[in-house]
Amino acid sequence: MKEKIVKFISDNLINLDDEIEIKDDDNIFEKGFVNSLFSMKLLNYIETEFNMEVDDDDMEISNFSSVNRIEALIKKKTEVLSD
Amino acid sequence: MKESKCIIWDLDNTIWDGVLLEDKNVKLKDNISEIIKEIDKRGILQSIASKNNHEDAIKKLEEFGLDQYFLYPEINWNAKSLSVKNIKENINIGFDTLIFIDDQPFERDEVNSELETVECIDALEYKTLLENPRLNPKFITSDSEKRRKMYMDDIKRKVEEEEYQGPEESFLKTLDMVFKIKPAGSEDLKRALELTERTHQLNSTGVTFSYEELDEFRTSDTHRLYVCELTDKYGSYGKIGLALVELQENVNHMKLLLMSCRVMSRGVGSLLLYHIMNETKQDGKTLTADFLRTDRNKIMYVTYKFANFKEIERSDDGHIVFENDLTFIPPNPEYIKMEL
Repeated sequence: MKEKIVKFISDNLINLDDEIEIKDDDNIFEKGFVNSLFSMKLLNYIETEFNMEVDDDDMEISNFSSVNRIEALIKKKTEVLSD
Repeated sequence: MKESKCIIWDLDNTIWDGVLLEDKNVKLKDNISEIIKEIDKRGILQSIASKNNHEDAIKKLEEFGLDQYFLYPEINWNAKSLSVKNIKENINIGFDTLIFIDDQPFERDEVNSELETVECIDALEYKTLLENPRLNPKFITSDSEKRRKMYMDDIKRKVEEEEYQGPEESFLKTLDMVFKIKPAGSEDLKRALELTERTHQLNSTGVTFSYEELDEFRTSDTHRLYVCELTDKYGSYGKIGLALVELQENVNHMKLLLMSCRVMSRGVGSLLLYHIMNETKQDGKTLTADFLRTDRNKIMYVTYKFANFKEIERSDDGHIVFENDLTFIPPNPEYIKMEL
């Protein structure tokens, strides 16, 4: 799952120099990687790829700020579903 | 009923007398060119749903000097309801803003049975079109006159975008986009009003104001009314954004933020918001914002949340008050130049 997220982020951000590697804990917002178009695409990607809906309560920047946080959000949402 | 944004014409015995397949020398109906041109001037888009040979029909329209007035013409042997659907998808407007005009009751019924909110008009009545209230927009602005041209530019952009290989953002870089933000002038008010009435998806509160109210905000010391325009190498998208901010003692309060759907895929949705955040920070205040959550404005909601706004109030009917302490303001994307 982590690899998928990292791949999506690197494929969709040109701000990202080829030299730069995203670490799992990097805050992608603070590093200036993210703009509004990317945010929408990221959200859309997560919702379709992992078949979940992010509702308003979870739509917090902190849930999307790093690869680890995104993974935690997806796990939380999909585990509740599969119970 | 809503004002119409697009009228879809049949060709045989509607725009011209006769059937093209049977008679190569069909004649335009009396006054039809003038009617089409006048509708165009009013900023109402036009298209075609006709059962004909595509090439022949387009050639005939060129002969008549009318081809450039129609966006996404559907000239084929499909059911007309399907043609209407395709046009609607391509232009990206609601069915309830479409009018379909055809001489054959069968075609009108077919469209109506599939798409009941599309108004169907008998071609016999074409001379009354200009008086039809749905084709008389409350406001005709300089953006309305350019509307067809702006959609035509979009078609060129789409073609180039589809052919482009590589990430979307590097494509955006090739467009040389310039985003202009300025205080609304009196010449912007009609367009501002039109935007509040036409925009639903990228609209924070959906509130509308009268012309006089907007004019008051524009000149008031305690308000800022912004408009923005986007241009790229193909031309202008027109005035596509609007925001109203009320200046209070320690707080700047946003009463409205909206952005035309036409620029949704351009990644410019949050630029006006970031600009207001930056100005408020310079004022040494915090920023609050009214928001009305609807089933259509999720993208706007996400835009606020990802710009670090926090909900401080939420009522059952979806009214939200956002607050932003402005500790983090996202940078503007590199593919776009700002002009203030």
